[in-house]
Amino acid sequence: MPILRILLVRLLTTAITLAGVAVIVFFVIRVVPGNPIAMMLPPGATEEDIARLSALYGLDKPLIAQFGIWVSGVLQGDFGTSITTRQPVLDLVLGRLPATLELSIMALVMAMILGGAAALTGTRYRGGRTEGAIDVANGMALSVPDFLWGLVLILLFGVLVPVFHISGRVTPSLDLPFTTNFYLFESLLRLRFDLWADIVAHMFMPALALAIPLAAIIGQLLKQSLKETMNLDYVTLARTKGYGETRVILREALRNAALPTLTLVGVQFTFLIGGTVIIERLFSYEGLGNMAIDAVINRDLPLIQGIVILFAVIFTAVNLIVDLLYTVLNPRLRHG
Amino acid sequence: MSFLSIRNLSVRLKKGPSLLRRVSLDVAAGEVRGLVGESGAGKSMIGKAVLGILPPSIEVTGGEILLDGVDLLQLPPAQRRKRIGATCALIPQDPLTALNPSHRIGPQITDRLVDILGWTRPDAETRARELLAEVQIADPDRVLRSYPHELSGGMRQRILIASAFAAEPKLIVADEPTTALDVTVQKQILKLIAGMQARHNTALLFVTHDLGVVSKVCQKLSVLYAGMVVEDATVADFFAAPRHAYSAALLAATPKYTDPSAGLQPVPDAVIAAVQAEVAAFDKGLAHG
Ligand SMILES: Nc1ncnc2c1ncn2[C@@H]1O[C@H](COP(=O)(O)OP(=O)(O)OP(=O)(O)O)[C@@H](O)[C@H]1O
Ligand SMILES: [Mg+2]
Repeated sequence: MPILRILLVRLLTTAITLAGVAVIVFFVIRVVPGNPIAMMLPPGATEEDIARLSALYGLDKPLIAQFGIWVSGVLQGDFGTSITTRQPVLDLVLGRLPATLELSIMALVMAMILGGAAALTGTRYRGGRTEGAIDVANGMALSVPDFLWGLVLILLFGVLVPVFHISGRVTPSLDLPFTTNFYLFESLLRLRFDLWADIVAHMFMPALALAIPLAAIIGQLLKQSLKETMNLDYVTLARTKGYGETRVILREALRNAALPTLTLVGVQFTFLIGGTVIIERLFSYEGLGNMAIDAVINRDLPLIQGIVILFAVIFTAVNLIVDLLYTVLNPRLRHG
Repeated sequence: MSFLSIRNLSVRLKKGPSLLRRVSLDVAAGEVRGLVGESGAGKSMIGKAVLGILPPSIEVTGGEILLDGVDLLQLPPAQRRKRIGATCALIPQDPLTALNPSHRIGPQITDRLVDILGWTRPDAETRARELLAEVQIADPDRVLRSYPHELSGGMRQRILIASAFAAEPKLIVADEPTTALDVTVQKQILKLIAGMQARHNTALLFVTHDLGVVSKVCQKLSVLYAGMVVEDATVADFFAAPRHAYSAALLAATPKYTDPSAGLQPVPDAVIAAVQAEVAAFDKGLAHG
């Protein structure tokens, strides 16, 4: 049962990876200058005040001891307390996670739709002007990073033709009946399409900005792969059966061509999630990334640690999902 | 009248050299015509032209491909496809690459019946089971549910043969259907194709390098050199007395299957030079005419 084996191996490597991440993040952020306590206190605070508060947060102990305390807490599900907000890190981080997940997944879906459409159209009309136009568009999309696309989109659809919201996750004056922070998902479940539309209008531009570069990568890679597949014998055989070009692409080529693209999309998706940090800031979207920047500015060490660990968990989870998908889609592996 | 009639078909690389030079040949209903010639002569090209699968880099510059009296080259693409799909089929060369790795065997046999010819799925599946029995596959139900990588090359070629006969086509193009197989399986597959052809009375255009095979399976043959038909004869006449010097040399070059000790003689240089001169004269005639 290869899926079970993958899961077991993954569990082990994940544990090792997370341990490594924990060590690195813990010590690196303590090497960087800047005292969180000093930043918290009003300008007139004395050395004594600082020392007392440092002791309260355990920051007066030797680094190794601090690390031990933190790790043993984490192993019991206690990620410590945020220095700036004095709330449990775990609550803060999990509270923001849904916003970032929804944004990333929406961006991924957009990228797959846009990139898939570009690849299919380019393959269908390969060798012609349409394919040339798609290649040019792909090249442009790739040569501009996501946060610049964010700015372009703000100018276009926030200022020039203001159809989407440029900041926040939902209009603040709205009454939200939600019990979870998965606003997009929950509004659908509750059939509150008015709220759903408002949330989408907020998410649309940040998601699109994240999606554009990934869409271009998917478009190029999938098109290349499709074009190669279209020359294979089984595709030719399908043509002799009477299938037209479009059906040949969709029935015979797409699935086999999608496999090599899938692995790369997995890696690229983790980059996309990394991109949320700046994009969320740009659009004042209340997600993990935005919180991460605040945490860094305030030297909120426990919070930074919590966010980094969570991002590491998300990345490994994405890679695991991609591997499993690959196994499911490839009959050779499924029975191997 | 012949079911397939190719008249003066010329094909070339777009803005490049000719690949087929006014090829004419006929395949009557139920007849088997061998297509022989050395590698690169254009044998597969003829089959591809008939089945409408010429690569996009290649263009037809003249001639007709009459299928049941209708010129395929004059039909709009969608109609041409439909017509070919309904009346013709291909038995490809390499069974390892000719099946889609991510589809099960069943749909790869029934797809044409259901999608193109409008059969119901149960009917098509019954038909697939019959066909697998006919190509002597012992456990049809298991095989129909298998993926290609789970089956041997010989097994896959049997499946491709079954699939080719699925819609009772009038014409099958078999492009060196045994060259990719083990020597031990080659004979069985050849016998299978010949048997199926006879039982279904299907016209067959049989591409091969092997004159021995031609003498066993075919009634007619065309000898091709550099995209030119240098001889078109019945198999009996050809083996008795080939008319063209090149085909005579080709016949001499083939070790006699009755007398393998006779050894292999290469086609003499003089003969090659002569036939090349013919090709050059032909091209010149085209350029001036
Ligand atoms: N896609 C292509 N693009 C350009 N030239 C091609 C292409 N396919 C075939 N040719 C050329 O067309 C000529 C005829 O090729 P064809 O495949 O019909 O030969 P063949 O007689 O089937 O040979 P073989 O016995 O090796 O299969 C060859 O010279 C070959 O190089
Ligand atoms: Mg060939």
